[in-house]
Amino acid sequence: MKQLVELFINEEKKQVHVRPTDTLLHTLRNNLGLTGSKPGCENGDCGACTALVDGRPMKTCLVLTVEAAHYKITTIEGLKDSSIQQAFEKKFAFQCGYCTSGFIMNCYALTMQYPNADKYQIKNWLQSNICRCTGYEEIEQAIQSIVISDKAK
Amino acid sequence: MITTDFEYYCAQSITEAVDLFKQLSDSGIRPLFYNGGTEIITLMRINSFYTHVNAVIDIKRIPECSVLEMDEHDYLVIGASVPLAEIEENMAFPLLSKNCSRIADHTSREKITLGGNVCGHIKYKEAILPLLLTNSTLVIADEKGLHEVFIQDIFDKEIILEPGSFIVQFKIEKEFLSMPYINKKMTKIDRIGYPLITVSAIQMKKEIRFAFSGLCETPFYSYEIDDILNNEENSIRKRINAAIKQIPEPILDDIEGSASYRKFVLSNTLEEIMMKLNGGGGNEAIS
Repeated sequence: MKQLVELFINEEKKQVHVRPTDTLLHTLRNNLGLTGSKPGCENGDCGACTALVDGRPMKTCLVLTVEAAHYKITTIEGLKDSSIQQAFEKKFAFQCGYCTSGFIMNCYALTMQYPNADKYQIKNWLQSNICRCTGYEEIEQAIQSIVISDKAK
Repeated sequence: MITTDFEYYCAQSITEAVDLFKQLSDSGIRPLFYNGGTEIITLMRINSFYTHVNAVIDIKRIPECSVLEMDEHDYLVIGASVPLAEIEENMAFPLLSKNCSRIADHTSREKITLGGNVCGHIKYKEAILPLLLTNSTLVIADEKGLHEVFIQDIFDKEIILEPGSFIVQFKIEKEFLSMPYINKKMTKIDRIGYPLITVSAIQMKKEIRFAFSGLCETPFYSYEIDDILNNEENSIRKRINAAIKQIPEPILDDIEGSASYRKFVLSNTLEEIMMKLNGGGGNEAIS
């Protein structure tokens, strides 16, 4: 039985009819057309579907849409030319691009919480995401560039 | 995608959650208390284990389930819905923080809760180790209200809860919070992964306590093993060999590692921990 859920996504209120077992990833992509969150493993392992829930990184394949109501959700579509997006472009921190939005959302959350994140924090947080092209060096350079310059916005 | 359906209820209070469970059960619906939900979602997606569930009662919005503070009786109170990532950052109970920092990955820890990890069906339940070492108190809600029990009184390979009851909070005595400790998790390959073995150890006034995960089918804490490992009449190597003989269940022999390899790693890990803690080390997690 579908139910009506109101979500607050990227500064907009959205109403969706969902099954209680629908994941937020499914709803973002199939109900709202926000396809920046990518389905990878759909098992909480790869991080390609990462979005922010109240500013914290969350694997949307591990969130039911019904439990996301009342929280502020930010997807990659909600970021507008942020420092981390610029850094990914500048450092060529992507190859096929499939993991990129998940990495960017996680990096963005990290730099919002820890603008001067150290190497341990970067490693600890970014181990949540997998890049099948193994572009980890460039991804690390991208986040290091904005952590050091402390320009995360 | 989860192909089966269930009803979703979000309880705002302990009473509402308990009453909902009873109402649903009485009407023939099989409910389950829902916290972080990571295990329920991932296993239901592959039609495994939770297939009998046709309603979930989300307890995350219950205020008592989200506290993380010292109470007036000098207990650290951690709500069952507190995510592992928050415990990792808080550092009020450093051993638990270090332990939690090695469970799954950081983003997953934003969703996995302490109550969920301890009560889930995952065999490792690593977050339970510091709670067993400190014989923490569990605040449990059921139809009669709230009551408190020591974790070791209701832990027998897993937390035994009556249907319709759930853990609201964990309480840890202040004296344990600052004791020297070591938490060591060994994995097969990378930093993220299920444990080959995880050992949590805490230095009491006269003894070291040890708890284990990944070694057997369930996590455990054993008075007998503690007694053997703390018997200073014998050498450390002799104590470790004797303790390994007292492991209460068969050692796991699976894709993470063979039983003999686990035994080898355990032996070296125990030696390292004992040398460090006896030598005045501790308060550090070894990755």
